[in-house]
Amino acid sequence: MSKTDIKGTTVKGRAELALNDDFLRKAVKFTTERLRDGKRKASDDLGNWEEWRERGRQIRLHTIAHLDYYLNQFANQARLNGVHVHFADTAEDAVKITLAIAERKQSLSVVKSKSMVTEELHLNQALESIGVDVVESDLGEYIIQLAGETPSHIIIPAIHKNRYQIADLLSNEAGETLPPDTAILAGFVRKKLREKFLEADIGMTGCNFAIAETGSMVLFENEGNARMVSTVPSTQITLMGMERIIPSWSDLEVMATLLPRSATGQKLTVYMSGITGPRRQEDGDGPDEMHIIIIDNGRSLQLGDPEFQELLNCIRCGACLNACPVYRHIGGHAYGGTYSGPIGAVLTPALNKNIDQWDDIASASTLCGACYEACPVKIPLHDMLIYLRRRKVERGLGDKMESIGMRGFAAIMSNSKRYENALKVGKLAQRLVVKDGEITSKLGPLKGWNNYRVAPSLAKQSFRDQWGTMEEEIRHGIQEIDPLVSNRMEEIVRNREAGGKGHD
Amino acid sequence: MKVSMFITCISDAVYPRIGEAMARLLAKYGVALHFPTIQTCCGQPAFNSGYWGEARASAKTILEAFEDSDFVIAPSGSCIGMIHHYPKLFEDDPILVATAERLQKKSYEFTQFLVQVLGVNDVGATFPHKVAYHPSCHGSRILGIKEEPMTLMRNVKGMELLPLPFAEDCCGFGGTFAVKMSDISGAMVNEKADHVLESEAEVLVGLDMACLMNIAGNLRYRNKPIRVMHLAELLYEGVEHA
Repeated sequence: MSKTDIKGTTVKGRAELALNDDFLRKAVKFTTERLRDGKRKASDDLGNWEEWRERGRQIRLHTIAHLDYYLNQFANQARLNGVHVHFADTAEDAVKITLAIAERKQSLSVVKSKSMVTEELHLNQALESIGVDVVESDLGEYIIQLAGETPSHIIIPAIHKNRYQIADLLSNEAGETLPPDTAILAGFVRKKLREKFLEADIGMTGCNFAIAETGSMVLFENEGNARMVSTVPSTQITLMGMERIIPSWSDLEVMATLLPRSATGQKLTVYMSGITGPRRQEDGDGPDEMHIIIIDNGRSLQLGDPEFQELLNCIRCGACLNACPVYRHIGGHAYGGTYSGPIGAVLTPALNKNIDQWDDIASASTLCGACYEACPVKIPLHDMLIYLRRRKVERGLGDKMESIGMRGFAAIMSNSKRYENALKVGKLAQRLVVKDGEITSKLGPLKGWNNYRVAPSLAKQSFRDQWGTMEEEIRHGIQEIDPLVSNRMEEIVRNREAGGKGHD
Repeated sequence: MKVSMFITCISDAVYPRIGEAMARLLAKYGVALHFPTIQTCCGQPAFNSGYWGEARASAKTILEAFEDSDFVIAPSGSCIGMIHHYPKLFEDDPILVATAERLQKKSYEFTQFLVQVLGVNDVGATFPHKVAYHPSCHGSRILGIKEEPMTLMRNVKGMELLPLPFAEDCCGFGGTFAVKMSDISGAMVNEKADHVLESEAEVLVGLDMACLMNIAGNLRYRNKPIRVMHLAELLYEGVEHA
């Protein structure tokens, strides 16, 4: 995706739209709170959550470290199962392969289940351009498709819409006014989609996990639509990022424990389908022809990069979005890419290798670490955001004013005498704006801060100014140290010197 | 045994009373703090913005200041968290990376030192007020300081510790984020301050002056008379008035 896709807008501009949209903010807060509370409860109920996370992380680290081996094993097994396996280096390649299959099958109608990777490819527009009717069958995706929008959350695509807005969209489609009643609205979509499932000649799915040992693909879903998509149409096309692999079915147990709990707080997803090849003679249903398209599209750029390889460990649960205090206020579209929230802020620039065009989304984070804490496979997104910022600066793409400011920072902070002088100058200069120990002016650089706060002034006497007399006074009245404490302190120092890791 | 204070630039320049409270409180346990004056800033503003060369220039003063200390204590989880990044920041310098690793192992946030090293759970303070606690992100998430402040606060006599809704959510400070993304930051601090008001506390307490400056600034902007304090300050005041 390039800057032209987001019409040259900045994250600041897009965030402003969201910040001024009370419906959006209310809807996003409501659902993310529900999801993160659910996750907290589900992980507490399970017990040993940290051990499960570590297990999940180890499985993902191992798989990605040996991705070539497992991809090869997966592709060989899937071919033995009668699946046509394709590899696509780029989004364009993946689209080309998909369109070629659709053309060969003379497809008129495609039903899709939820797939973020197809959003990366802009596959729906491509299919429509050759005259194929495409319908999203996940309820949230269907709503987004009707609205002509993109998903604003990895697992809840229409998280930014409330039921009144959804009722309007569906009423438009129904040609009659539908009440904003969840059961009635879902009922309408269900009926509508049934027709589409029966009509479609190709079913298209994403893939939550691909099992290398048997060449199987596994889908997690709650609505049953993915099962319809993968059983009714005569041809199935599954699109998957090349990192979706796990070695074995026993690894799936760990993922099936982590993913639904992290995503929605469910102990188990409602439908979990494992598909190993097209329909066999003895099968009652399933596609006659099955394709799996394995997509790189920037993923292999992360392999061997010590700072970003762990990005490929992501299992797309969306927990980092729900935990993120920035996402909470600006929603997903402000991030401008296919993926939003903390994972999107890192994944979009990393996959596209064009940090310069995405320079600002990495800045839309306070680095609070809530994403890392929420992540079921412990991806250090808060560190990666800093690495992205550093790479931008190293390439000379840093903001000019900021670069000058940082050079000033380094000049002052590299020497305590210069720092002390800067404090003196600051104390003189602030006389112009300080009143009662506070600064309320909104002039120049103070505007951003003082639009929402007052700023404190520099202290009349810094700590270092006061320390001389203070130290004398303190030493005069100091208590005797408890010998138990001093022994403990000596032991800590000894342990540390003996090569211990120090304290926690 | 040399125990040194890393004051942090914000407490040095803006909130010297925090360093004073910490030094006076620790003296009650026989700890005579040293204050090496060559220290400046941990370098976090530059590091987080991607200017690692500039961050190193600042961080070197910290490496040098505390080279001969046995323990380093700061009234900030965030600045101690920054020290935990030093081995990465200096990874290409074989000499400084070793200094950085030594510093990381001997650095403690104030409550960590009090509870883990001095073994103090109750400072004997009395503070008859309603208090809410904001757990700052870097201290609680990066350093895992969760229990230490709670233990110290639970033992303060007369103090009512009230639950802060969404306590673990970031206050929106984020260093340069507050200026670069000022409207998002503003929305975040507005909500944090709303939650403080909702808690009905008279005092907001925390372990990081940068976050507290942000929240206090917003409360003051809205003319809300909530007192905002660092825990070192609250404990010291509580001991003096006990």
